[in-house]
Amino acid sequence: MNAPAPVVASDAPLLRVRGLEKRYGARIGCAAVSFDLWPGEVMGIVGESGSGKSTLLGCLAGHMAPDAGEVLFDVGGVLRDTARMAEAERRRLARTDWAFVHQHAHEGLRMGVSAGGNVGERLMAVGARHYGDIRAQALDWLGRVEIAADRIDDRPTAFSGGMRQRLQIARNLVTGPRLVFMDEPTGGLDVSVQARLLDLLRGLVREMGLSAIIVTHDLAVVRLLADRLMVMKDGLVVEQGLTDQVLDDPQHAYTQLLVASVLQV
Amino acid sequence: MTATDYNFAYLDEQTKRMIRRTILKALAIPGYQAPFASREMPMPYGWGTGGVQVTAAVLTPEDRLKVIDQGADDTTNAVSIRRFFARTAGVATTEATTEATVIQTRHRIPETPLTEGQILVYQVPIPEPLRFLEPRETETRKMHSLEEYGLMHVKLYEDIARHGAIATAYAYPVKVEGRYVMDPSPIPKFDNPKLCSPAIQLFGAGREQRIYALPPHCSVVSLDFEDHPFEPSKADAACGLCGATDSYLDEVITDDEGGRMFLCSDTDYCAGRQAAGHRGAAQEDAA
Repeated sequence: MNAPAPVVASDAPLLRVRGLEKRYGARIGCAAVSFDLWPGEVMGIVGESGSGKSTLLGCLAGHMAPDAGEVLFDVGGVLRDTARMAEAERRRLARTDWAFVHQHAHEGLRMGVSAGGNVGERLMAVGARHYGDIRAQALDWLGRVEIAADRIDDRPTAFSGGMRQRLQIARNLVTGPRLVFMDEPTGGLDVSVQARLLDLLRGLVREMGLSAIIVTHDLAVVRLLADRLMVMKDGLVVEQGLTDQVLDDPQHAYTQLLVASVLQV
Repeated sequence: MTATDYNFAYLDEQTKRMIRRTILKALAIPGYQAPFASREMPMPYGWGTGGVQVTAAVLTPEDRLKVIDQGADDTTNAVSIRRFFARTAGVATTEATTEATVIQTRHRIPETPLTEGQILVYQVPIPEPLRFLEPRETETRKMHSLEEYGLMHVKLYEDIARHGAIATAYAYPVKVEGRYVMDPSPIPKFDNPKLCSPAIQLFGAGREQRIYALPPHCSVVSLDFEDHPFEPSKADAACGLCGATDSYLDEVITDDEGGRMFLCSDTDYCAGRQAAGHRGAAQEDAA
């Protein structure tokens, strides 16, 4: 098995989603989505463009309000519905317990602010007020994502696509979140850069015991990172299960098509 | 048209009521930017249209008005606004900080400590302290309402990373009563400690249609880092005319051979000291 084993076995899920639905007028964004995510577990969501992956992720991360259903997140041992909590509380979660890695790094970074400032922002947002400490942590994190320490005062505009994506990851993980949402984290990167990034992500996820939800259309990414897999089509979940099980023995016709469509090099 | 054709202090009574309501709201929520329906004034935006409207709303016929621009009573902006209210409101004017009941200012707080009963009106170009960090107004409002001010420290972090110290020298952000982060208008950070004052301080931004306020004796803390504390800085020199070392100084180029001198930016304070017999280096050279 390629995917890392769950680090923590806990008896309560970190995230419990029940009957989640989001509509755009009469059209379905996503509907009837239910799953549990356990601490230390990485779940992949795959499907073609327009299948509702990003809509689902947006609803889970609180960027959009779902029309129905519950998104229960473990806050201090109690499952709370994040879709219905006050915005102040949800945004506090978003900058402490959650992280969101955008497909395009520039959406998740402040392009006019130095790399160190980008990494430090979340620390300052949760009350860090010691410049030396913030800078030391930023340096530490730049090291972990393999960005040279002498680039700390450069702006992301001076960084390559792969570096920007790694910087975005550092910026998100610096506060030690428990749940990471990733929207096509390797999209738009060339294959060798993708491979390094995946390697890095896999290391970080395992080391920090992170739970993650990864949206992608790249089956290789989920094969490498995800413990479990959810396949979506037309806003509905058509199949879910262990990654290897779903990819090696696809049951649903669409999953079979998806697996069969992967180009073999 | 003669001066008497104007309503008292130029604005009509309904407008002044509206502005006074906004001022009361702003005083009730220190540091909060209260929106108001800013009027066209007979001067361009950037010349103090916000400050003028606030002054017009608080003036009474018994008031004595002082107007300063960068500390000086005799610069174009100060002279024209003072004359504007002398004509349209017929109020007495003064250059002495201690005699004034209402002081409209641009970019300075007078050196002479203000007292209870005085009102200081600031002209504000950009009321939003987060503006250059977050361009979306919807987002900055949300950040204020949810008290998300981490971004303000990102700016200070960038300053230290780039310049080795907090290089922000004016419009230095402050936190009011432990709640709202406020732009104190482009006053030098030397003046920030004076924001804790027995006087009422009102901030008017005409183009941006916002009024905010500091009631007397409210707590105003300049943002900083634990290992890079806030320092109210000024030029390390004494005034060439009055010898003051405790006032904010302007640097004046006196010839094209590198000659320069430092002067108090607060002209009333400098003149007062000279009248009291204080002399600076430039005066002694001339004597």
